[in-house]
Amino acid sequence: MLTLDGLRIFLGAFQLRADLRVEPGITAIIGPSGGGKSTLLSALAGFQTLAAGRISWEGQDITAAAPHARPISMLFQDNNLFPHLSISQNVGLGLGPNLRLAGSDKDKVAEAIRAVGLDGMADRNPGALSGGQQSRAALARVLVAHRPIVLLDEPFAALGPGLKAEMLDLTREKLSGRTVLMVTHDPSDARQVADQVILLADNVAATPVDTKEMFANPPDALRAYLGQAG
Amino acid sequence: MARGLVAVINRLPAWLAMALVLGLTFGTLAAVAARAELGRGVSSADWAAVRFTITQAIASALISVALAVPAARALARRSFRGRRALITLMGAPFLLPVIVAVLGLLAVFGRGGVLNGALAALGFPQISIYGFWGVVLAHVFFNLPLAVRLILQGWQAIPAERFRLTASLNGSVFRLLEVPMLARVVPGALLVVFLICLTSFAVALTLGGGPRATTVELAIYQAIQFDFDLGRAALLACIQFALGLSAAFVAWQVTPSQGMGRGLDRIVQRWDKGSVGFDALALTFATVFLALPLLMVLLRGAPGLFDMPNAVWAAAGRSVIVAVASAVLCVALALALAMRGGVAVSVVGVLPLAASGLVMGTGLFVLVYPFVSPRSVALPVTVLVNAALALPFAVRAIAPAVADAKRDYGRLSASLGLRGWDLLRIVVIPRARRPLGFAAGLAAALSMGDLGVITLFAGDAQETLPLTMYRLMGSYQMEAAAGAGLLLLALSLALFWLCDQGGRRDADT
Repeated sequence: MLTLDGLRIFLGAFQLRADLRVEPGITAIIGPSGGGKSTLLSALAGFQTLAAGRISWEGQDITAAAPHARPISMLFQDNNLFPHLSISQNVGLGLGPNLRLAGSDKDKVAEAIRAVGLDGMADRNPGALSGGQQSRAALARVLVAHRPIVLLDEPFAALGPGLKAEMLDLTREKLSGRTVLMVTHDPSDARQVADQVILLADNVAATPVDTKEMFANPPDALRAYLGQAG
Repeated sequence: MARGLVAVINRLPAWLAMALVLGLTFGTLAAVAARAELGRGVSSADWAAVRFTITQAIASALISVALAVPAARALARRSFRGRRALITLMGAPFLLPVIVAVLGLLAVFGRGGVLNGALAALGFPQISIYGFWGVVLAHVFFNLPLAVRLILQGWQAIPAERFRLTASLNGSVFRLLEVPMLARVVPGALLVVFLICLTSFAVALTLGGGPRATTVELAIYQAIQFDFDLGRAALLACIQFALGLSAAFVAWQVTPSQGMGRGLDRIVQRWDKGSVGFDALALTFATVFLALPLLMVLLRGAPGLFDMPNAVWAAAGRSVIVAVASAVLCVALALALAMRGGVAVSVVGVLPLAASGLVMGTGLFVLVYPFVSPRSVALPVTVLVNAALALPFAVRAIAPAVADAKRDYGRLSASLGLRGWDLLRIVVIPRARRPLGFAAGLAAALSMGDLGVITLFAGDAQETLPLTMYRLMGSYQMEAAAGAGLLLLALSLALFWLCDQGGRRDADT
């Protein structure tokens, strides 16, 4: 279980509070833009210093750990692949900061590439792939890295609606059993794949609520965000 | 605790690079200052050197920029075959070894040169290339292209909409657009050329000399080489450093960041055409002035190329080793500074511009002289000083690419655990390949052609190719010198080309 205990982030005049627990499965973070969704993920990944609070995973404090030392994989809004490396090299980096892979690691990489449907593209560079295929390659790296927590900072936002829905389903299928936190500005993404939803509004990340329940009885802040009159 | 240690190790390369640069600039200056004999005061000969240094630099700057304005305007508003080649030619003198250019200029303007031959045939008196005007001529040869490029950038920075607006208002392009632009760009160009001419040594060494045409740098050389007067050399080095420092930081603000013609091949459509004849004249003059000396190097050098003393080939070998070592060191220093970023890049990367090679050389000479023979360290010192002198250019080329790589891939790298050497090898170096190749090529070419610090240290057994050429010219073996000049030119350009292409080859973006 991922626990955020009395988290405080100050960024100039902006501030953010979070005091919550995240269960395994997909949890969407929704809320108005500029509300700090990405900032919250940055803090979890170790890119954003905390003013106060602790982050722990399975009872272990990871607040001070370096980004790579956390049990976390992250997909960013863009630049998820190194353009000068082949797909298999990019995926292989999920196994360690080195381009030389042992035999068994090579098998893992090949298997992950197959699992995301990129058979035969292992030796290509990202530039030779479509946007959707690039997203799949990045997902393959998350698969081989095998970290229990996965943070998705709208990595599929640049894809068309059909491709995005396809990637979300693939993510759900391949990352089952992991704790996935997914930022989105599109409530339908949350409806499609999320088990739970964290509403981030008015500088507070609320306790996760079951997705169906959240949209059946939206709190005021969500109504305002969705544009429904109160 | 462990993280603190890792942080220290990660910062170590940048610290070493900064320590080296500070040591080579302020350290050598301190060594020099400690030896300077202030009590004896500045002699009249020293003042003459200061005056000559400043007046020739002012004259060189004014003439270079005055000639550059019409040429830049012609390039900005005319489209013709060979325009791109001409702009490339304008970048060449930066890579051209000074001594080779001097040889070419001698072949055109010297005693037995093309111009004096023509003058004699027409019954006019001969001109002499030695002295004040010879030094200025060589400086204009080197800096006219630079000035053209600086001013051309000014022209191209005028948005196309402004030309449309001016045309629709039937206004004067010259008064509304060009004069304000020139008022902004010309002072910077003047300052850059002035600064470069302040620290010019090899031109003064070959074309100047004597009490009336000695620069401060040349005076330093003479004080060490002929009088072995370290106290006077040190005093002069302090003066030179003050001269350079005062101009360097201002000039740094106005120099362009990209060396070789990026974005300069755009032609803005405009509706005033001006005089085609005048533009053609300006460009023809600039082209002939730049190309003729180079052509003469080719023509005169080719016959002697395979008939040179063995010493020339040995010197060429030493030069290539020095150039490659210097390029590797320079790029490594620049990369270390760029990885750290921030103040380190902007201050330490610029410092060597203010320091002259001769001042560094004098300082190192003063430092090593009590312990070892300067000759025994001639080549390592040359490597070190040339790496430092090329560092500002390398940092400027590399730092933006490194900053981009860190901005775009810093978080991804951190989350994948790419740090230290792995980060450099897997992310930064591949992302910055092009500027790294360019910087290495620049450093190699500059070091290959350097005729500065080596003159203080080298004996016969440590001669580099430029020094061999200089000594051949000094003993009037002009044929062998011409062959060596062509070899030096070819090697400099080849080194630059190899490095630059190495950076471009399958560079994936």
